[in-house]
Amino acid sequence: MSTATTTPTSNVTKRVSAIGKARELGILLALVIVVIAATAANPNFLFSADGWRDLLLTPSILVLVAVGQAIVLITRNVDLSVGSVLGLTAYLTGRLFIDLPGIPIVAVFVIAVAFGGVLGLINGALVAFAKVPAMVITLGTLYAYRGINVLWTGSDRINASDLPKSFLALGTEQFLTIPILTIIALVVLIIAGWYMKNTRGGREFYAIGSDPAAAELYGLRVTRRLLTAFVLSGALAGLAGVLYAARYGTINSQAGSGWELDAVGAAVIGGVAIVGGVGSVWGAAIGAVLLLTINRALPILGIPDFWQRAVVGVLIIGAIVLDRVLAVRQKRKLIEARDDS
Amino acid sequence: MSSITQTTPAPASVRRYRDYDQPLWKRVLLTREMAIIALLIVVVIVASMTVRGFGQPITLTYLILDVTPILLIALPMTLIMITGEIDLSVASIVGLSSVITGVLTHGGMPFEIAALIALLVGGIGGAINGFLVTVVGLPSLAVTIGTLALFRGLAVGLLGTTAVTDFPEFWTDLAKAKLGATGIPLVIIPFLVLLAIFAVLLHFTPFGRGIYAIGLSKETAAFSGVDVGRTKFILFVLAGFVSALAGIYYTLRFGSARGDNATGMELQVIAAVVLGGVSVFGGRGALHGVIAGVLLIGVLASALRLANVTSDVINIITGALLVISVVSSSFLAWLRTRRQAPGGKPRVEVSTAG
Repeated sequence: MSTATTTPTSNVTKRVSAIGKARELGILLALVIVVIAATAANPNFLFSADGWRDLLLTPSILVLVAVGQAIVLITRNVDLSVGSVLGLTAYLTGRLFIDLPGIPIVAVFVIAVAFGGVLGLINGALVAFAKVPAMVITLGTLYAYRGINVLWTGSDRINASDLPKSFLALGTEQFLTIPILTIIALVVLIIAGWYMKNTRGGREFYAIGSDPAAAELYGLRVTRRLLTAFVLSGALAGLAGVLYAARYGTINSQAGSGWELDAVGAAVIGGVAIVGGVGSVWGAAIGAVLLLTINRALPILGIPDFWQRAVVGVLIIGAIVLDRVLAVRQKRKLIEARDDS
Repeated sequence: MSSITQTTPAPASVRRYRDYDQPLWKRVLLTREMAIIALLIVVVIVASMTVRGFGQPITLTYLILDVTPILLIALPMTLIMITGEIDLSVASIVGLSSVITGVLTHGGMPFEIAALIALLVGGIGGAINGFLVTVVGLPSLAVTIGTLALFRGLAVGLLGTTAVTDFPEFWTDLAKAKLGATGIPLVIIPFLVLLAIFAVLLHFTPFGRGIYAIGLSKETAAFSGVDVGRTKFILFVLAGFVSALAGIYYTLRFGSARGDNATGMELQVIAAVVLGGVSVFGGRGALHGVIAGVLLIGVLASALRLANVTSDVINIITGALLVISVVSSSFLAWLRTRRQAPGGKPRVEVSTAG
């Protein structure tokens, strides 16, 4: 983005990037405060084996979905179908283990991720080719995928006893006290973060989200990028589905329902702008961690967890108001800088 | 005029809302709204003939009782979406007003006053949305995801997992009462009154023209003297108010105030509104299409349930209907441009003729 023309205003650019960093820093700070407050109220929140594990384990699955959602939001679209994709792949995972005894776990991962990717591709194709707002399309597929899930599952339910022990171990086992699920989420996060920041493809997502018409005129392959974004979102929701199966063991037809709003909420809290072009997958991931950590911290802080959603709501609104304030201030500074020169 | 400048094809992104070069009957009959109404009629006829019990008055009663909350909320939602905004918090306001009615009644307050306070709270909730969208200038999708969680959280927080069920019998009976022997529930009357108010507001007043103008272009509307901020603010307050009304009805209908009442209803409302021909980009849509959209989903659900199809199959059908209806209209537009340009050649000859 920064070309030779920005050299005179490099001061401003630096300040802009500092604000961008402060945005994620702010949410990280909020997370640290929550953790410290909860730990002060009850040291077990952090300093017990279970507390430490839950702190890392609980948000890991949502982090994956939020990262995919962030990529889609950055292109100025939205994927409301992620909860349904997660539910479908979670059930698929269970069925694969039941119907094909002895299937390698790696194969299940590959199949589920590919399946999620295909569901994402359907969303992407409908959005990119029909030129219909993603919100409408993915609202439609939210219903359709969930319906297919209900048809397929019926009143059937997959229990932990149906799944191989080695697979379930993935959901509980730790490596150097860090749960395997967290490691998977971190690896995905690092790859996605690097891709969005440093590669041409990643930067094009931002370009498309900032100004779709300009991106088209400039000759970016908008259609292909949109397809990629939705496939990534679907594939990550698929991966989250497998991990959901490993973590919870019990899967019914309603697995993952309502996750779409949590994923969008996590991204928005983490500073990903709903109008596209702004934010990072890191922010979305921290947002997801904050969202679920608050849930666990509230009862410890003496607040019944019934109030959790209200706190989350205030948090989302606070985050977007803060975003707006920063954007207005930045604009004023840019105008001042222009007037000075 | 030179033929070249005249015939440059309009970019695909240019949105056409009405083809004034078409004769009147075509403009009236070949609309999205009429297609949905026709589909609704077809579904009703087919269901009456094939599904046993669908033609009974009792089916009509339950159908109307079930879709009333969605019908109510769809009215303000249509207006909001025509301005290009959205309100995801409506179902949470339903839950919140339900809980407030319940808690206050349980605390010994007369039901009527509790309901009035719940309506007021709904209006305040809408005003919060409107304030954040118009004064602070935030995107409504983000704002109402936040207030969706906030209002639902307040509702669940106030009541926990308990439910209030002791409401005056007079009101719970009234919510299910029928108009004589017709099988048509009484709730249709307040709905029709509200429908008339919203229809006049949208289709016959300068305020309503302003709503369309905002959806087409906010800047143009502002320069034409439409108070964009005030219009949107009023619409959000109306949405909060009507959602609270739907919440009170919902409470009486099921005789139970719970924090999780009507969870997820916002998506049903939006699906019905979009199905009824309202563009998410704003600037396009009409109430008769939306009513048909709500009824279409309701009739399908009711007929399938009677035909012993799992009630959740409605999810697939709602979703597929939504996707097909929006994709088909852009597919038709694409076909039209194809027809005007045989073999993919530039549309010079056709356009010069016209």
